[in-house]
Amino acid sequence: MSTTTVPEPHVLAVDDSIVDRAVISRLLRSSKYRVTTVDSGKRALEILSLDRNVHMIITDYCMPEMTGFDLLKRVKESAELKEIPVVLMSSENSPTRIRRCLEEGAEDFLIKPVRPSDVSRLCSRVMK
Amino acid sequence: MAESKLSPLQWWTEELFLEEEYRDTAAVVSSAGHHRRLSLSPRVVKEKAASMKKNLFDQASILSSGVSFVPTGYLDEQFCQVEDLQDEASPNFVEEVVTLFFKDSGRLMSNIEQALIGASRMKNECMSFRDSCGQGNVEGCMRSFQKVKREHAILRQKLESYFQLLRQAGPAGAATRPVM
Repeated sequence: MSTTTVPEPHVLAVDDSIVDRAVISRLLRSSKYRVTTVDSGKRALEILSLDRNVHMIITDYCMPEMTGFDLLKRVKESAELKEIPVVLMSSENSPTRIRRCLEEGAEDFLIKPVRPSDVSRLCSRVMK
Repeated sequence: MAESKLSPLQWWTEELFLEEEYRDTAAVVSSAGHHRRLSLSPRVVKEKAASMKKNLFDQASILSSGVSFVPTGYLDEQFCQVEDLQDEASPNFVEEVVTLFFKDSGRLMSNIEQALIGASRMKNECMSFRDSCGQGNVEGCMRSFQKVKREHAILRQKLESYFQLLRQAGPAGAATRPVM
C-alpha cells in the first residue's frame, strides 16, 4: 500500500517590516503552511517568476516603492499569476482602502495584528 | 555552588535583591574577598518573571477626577498574542521578535535623527554664504554656495526618506508628498 504525502500549501508573505514578517511567518507555519517571506513587492514578483507553486500571497499594504495594492494589481493583471489568491494586511482600518483592494480582486483584507483565527479563516476559505 | 568573584556593585545588587524579596529562599555566604554566586530556585525565578511581566502590563493610573482610567502599561494585548505563538517548536520566539523590534526601530529612529540633523547643516552653510555676501567676498560666496547646494541635495534625499517612513508608519493623511 503506498502512501502519498500531501505537500504543504505554499504561502508567499510580503512585508517590509522584519518584525511583522517574523510574526506572520510563525502564524502561517503553525498552521502547517510552507512560507517564503520577502521584504518588497519587487522581490515578491521575482519569486513568483521563478516559482509558480505559490498557493497564496499575503502582503502588507503600506510598503515603499511598490505598495501591497500595486502588487495586487500586478498579480491580477498577469495571466500566469491572476488565479493566485492575494490577501492584504494593514494596521489601518480604512474602509476606503479595504473596498478598493477587494474591488481589485483581493480575497481578504486583514487588520494587523493578524490573529491565529484570521489565518484559520483564510485556510478554510481561500486555500481550497 | 561554584564560587565566583563579584564586583562590589554586583555583590550589593544581589544582596539587596535577596534581602528585599527572597530572604527565605536563597542563601548567601560571604567570606573575606570571596562571595558565593547566588543560586535562585526555579520557582523563585518564575515568580520574579511573572511579577515583572505584571508590572509591564498593569501600571495604571486613575486620574484625580475619578472618572477616567488610563492604563499606562508598557505592553498591550498584542504581546500576549505573540506569546501565544511560542511553543516547543519555537521556544524563544517572543525574545526573537522583541530583539528584531528593537534592532529595526533603532535603525528607523537613527534615520529620522540623521534627517533632522541635515536641516541644521544646511542652515549653517546658508549663514556662511550670507556672511560671505555681506563681506563682498566673491570667492567665499562661490565656495559656500557650492556647500549650500550640496547640503540642500543631501537634505532633500534625507527628508524624502523621512516622509516615506512617516507614510509607512502613520495614518492616512499624516504625511503628504512635499513639493520639492
